[in-house]
Amino acid sequence: MSKLIQRYTAGERTNHWVVAIAFVLAALSGLALFHPAFFFFSHLLGGGTWARILHPFIGAVMFLFFIAMASRFWRFNRIVPADRQWMKRIGDVLRNRDEGLPEPGKYNAGQKYLFWVMVISIPVLLVSGIVIWQPWFAPYFPIWLMRLAVVVHALAAWVVILGIVVHVYAAIWVKGTIQAMTRGTVSEAWAKYHHRAWYREMTGK
Amino acid sequence: MALQSLDITARSATTTPVPTARQTTKVAKLIDISKCIGCKACQVACMEWNDLRDEIGTTTGIYDNPRDLSDQSWTLMRFSEVEVQPGRLEWLIRKDGCMHCADPGCLKACPAPGAIVQYSNGIVDFHEENCIGCGYCLTGCPFNIPRFSKKDSKAYKCTLCSDRVAVGLEPACIKTCPTGALVFGSKEDMILHAEGRIADLKERGFSNAALYDPPGVGGTHVMYVLQHGDQPELYAGLPKDPGISPLVSVWKGIAKPLMSLGIGLAVFAGFFHFVTAGPKEIEEEEENRS
Repeated sequence: MSKLIQRYTAGERTNHWVVAIAFVLAALSGLALFHPAFFFFSHLLGGGTWARILHPFIGAVMFLFFIAMASRFWRFNRIVPADRQWMKRIGDVLRNRDEGLPEPGKYNAGQKYLFWVMVISIPVLLVSGIVIWQPWFAPYFPIWLMRLAVVVHALAAWVVILGIVVHVYAAIWVKGTIQAMTRGTVSEAWAKYHHRAWYREMTGK
Repeated sequence: MALQSLDITARSATTTPVPTARQTTKVAKLIDISKCIGCKACQVACMEWNDLRDEIGTTTGIYDNPRDLSDQSWTLMRFSEVEVQPGRLEWLIRKDGCMHCADPGCLKACPAPGAIVQYSNGIVDFHEENCIGCGYCLTGCPFNIPRFSKKDSKAYKCTLCSDRVAVGLEPACIKTCPTGALVFGSKEDMILHAEGRIADLKERGFSNAALYDPPGVGGTHVMYVLQHGDQPELYAGLPKDPGISPLVSVWKGIAKPLMSLGIGLAVFAGFFHFVTAGPKEIEEEEENRS
């Protein structure tokens, strides 16, 4: 059994899971309002009207905690030239042929781009969501803006949901990853194999 | 209404066939603006029949009273003073309210199953007990008609007295109109009646008199006879060529199935990637070495 390295503090993990829980509830209630095929999800929150009432508040919680989380992880997600090299070999990464990849720091290029997609999309969701937030804010906006907002909100939500599908799958796919967010630690082997630059920084090896 | 549930043409947020066993005649209300004297009896009749009482407002210097449609005011006379020919003032009075579109944008936008229905007679009705209060109908409507109640956060509008029409009565506003500016019957008959009125108006010098039955929303079940049919905007901003906003059409048209499919495909792609390429594992010796 290899030694463990701390990857996330208890505070970071809590922050992440608040965002995650809020995301799941917001996504399911949002999908319920998007397509009749998903309307049954509204029952998770107590029916259509409750889903409509709660969805924006859940979204606001998600936004606030996301901003807190993004400001914690901001500095690890700066795109560097090696990230572009890494992205060019995304096909090999998907085929699990990881030999000779540029050495990622705390996050690889895929994780970084996902981070920036979220940093853009989640504030868009907030702003477009406020425009259509009944009955508190929507009455203050003209109808043409509400029409634009519903489309923008749906598109941004779609991008975020797709991003999270990728994010969750990547965590399942890359073995030894989930414990980083549940226990806070990863094995040294995991760190060395998947995030070598970060591994060196952490261990001095 | 038990019988009404058998003659539904369209039902909001419903992807399976709706009950269409009963076929009923398409009805229409015809509003002849050239005959309207602005007495507001129709507003009173609407309040009476539907048991609505709007708040007492304050005067704003114009005849419109109340100032706007609301959850308690489903119809409203809108007064416009215009000079189509210089020096010749005209007072155009338009009874505003739901147009009962054949292609209703409110119904298209509504995410709550059965909150908005369209009967086979053409009436578009809100079933507030199914309304979740999201306000999407406001974005769908090309005529700015649905109004939110501050009390219950549900949307309200003219029902075309669907309860009266279902038992063979005319809507309350029609019943009360003292000048015959409001008439009600089959849509076919109303178009014929309008043609007679338009011919008459043309004879009297209104060469642009026309029927307002806008094709952009598939025609409406509330139609106007306009003296100045070429300029509907004169009548308190009646839209010349109304239609469901392209944004709403994209959102509730192509985006809805395609984006849902995209999410489904992403999940399947992950699953099949896992069972083909397999997980990204570190070999055991590597694990032991470090």
